[in-house]
Amino acid sequence: MIEIENVRKSFGPLEVLKGIDLTVANGEVLTVIGGSGSGKSTLLTCINGLEPIQAGKITVDGTEVHARSTDLNKLRQKIGIVFQQWNAFPHLTVQENVMLAPRKVKGIPKAEAAEIAVKQLSHVGLGDKLDVYPSRLSGGQQQRMAIARALAMSPDYMLFDEVTSALDPQLVGEVLDTLRLLASEGMTMICVTHEMKFAREVSDRVAFFHQGVMAEIAPPDELFGAPKDPNLQQFLAATH
Amino acid sequence: MFDTALTLNDFIFLAKGAGMTIFVTVISVALGTVLGIVFGVIRYQLGPVWSAPLMFVLDIFRSIPLLIQLVLAYAFLGTVLRLGLSGLSVACMVLTLYTSAYCAEIVRGGIEAVPLTLRRAARSLGMSWGQDMRHIVMPLATRVALPSWIGLALGVMKDSALVYVVQVTELLKSTQILITRLQEPLLLLTICGAFYFLISFPVARFGGYLERRWSND
Repeated sequence: MIEIENVRKSFGPLEVLKGIDLTVANGEVLTVIGGSGSGKSTLLTCINGLEPIQAGKITVDGTEVHARSTDLNKLRQKIGIVFQQWNAFPHLTVQENVMLAPRKVKGIPKAEAAEIAVKQLSHVGLGDKLDVYPSRLSGGQQQRMAIARALAMSPDYMLFDEVTSALDPQLVGEVLDTLRLLASEGMTMICVTHEMKFAREVSDRVAFFHQGVMAEIAPPDELFGAPKDPNLQQFLAATH
Repeated sequence: MFDTALTLNDFIFLAKGAGMTIFVTVISVALGTVLGIVFGVIRYQLGPVWSAPLMFVLDIFRSIPLLIQLVLAYAFLGTVLRLGLSGLSVACMVLTLYTSAYCAEIVRGGIEAVPLTLRRAARSLGMSWGQDMRHIVMPLATRVALPSWIGLALGVMKDSALVYVVQVTELLKSTQILITRLQEPLLLLTICGAFYFLISFPVARFGGYLERRWSND
């Protein structure tokens, strides 16, 4: 379970998260929507401790993320994150990209890590690209590789930060299909996205962020069907 | 055809000089690169302000002509401190620091060329700072830094000709000794140049080979 309590986060004088309270239960799929600069992506990087917070508390399975005593390298093993830019390691083949963290971080033997990589890459439909370098893949394939790379650490939670935003329109579908597959398998997910149709379809709950505040959170039918917050109404009108 | 007083023994004498050049260069470039990596990482991690004292010291090694550094180090270590170091040891020490000063900047540039987003991705997979450095940053920085590093290594090889001032008989000094005796400067300098070329060429070609191989990734 991910518990976020009154989290405040600033970049210098700019406060991007102004007291966020949110709980994500195991098995839940939460999507976060909102305009750019609303703080939704920042929240994800705070959850896995890539960014420090100025106030409040985030706990993952009872471990406080920003506590001094927390071993972030260990905690991050159970929180996978995939970014807008897929960040393939260009000097490693697709299979090596996926094998690296299981081998070096978890100390899994090479042969076993290779098996994990094959399994995860086949899972996202890249089983035939094992020995290819990432530069030979399309953006959508690279993004699916990044998802497989995160999954290879067998995380309990997956965070997706606008994973389709940098893709050509015709490649968005294949990545969303992968996310749908994960959701259907019961993975606990937080997806920051601009894909409203996708949010409506896979989410248990949808949260709307506006200027650093979580303005509304509700099941998708309710949030899209009868939005209460005026900013949300405006946002939905503008995206349709 | 042409007449020369050069004997096989003289030629072997030159080859020995070339061997000394290779020895001094390999030691200095190897140790200087290791030190340079350490300095470069420190420079990158501390940022321009906190690493200023280190960079000041390295700037000294880069700014003062090698010839002066060699003479001063030899005089200081030998005469003032009375360490009893051979000229060869002093030559290797000075050239190592000289190499490391240049290498530090090459390494820093290489590290800076690795996108931060890539390092973020590595850390988010649970990799430690050290694992990120070893498995992501260093391999990628090496690809960026290689051409400059090859240039540095070849430069140090040619600069090593100056170590004659601390009584090390390397390739150029051997050539000069023979010139004084045989009075055949053109022939001897041609042979000497050919030796330098034979040492440099494989290094440059190997660098080119690595670059081509890596660009296929």
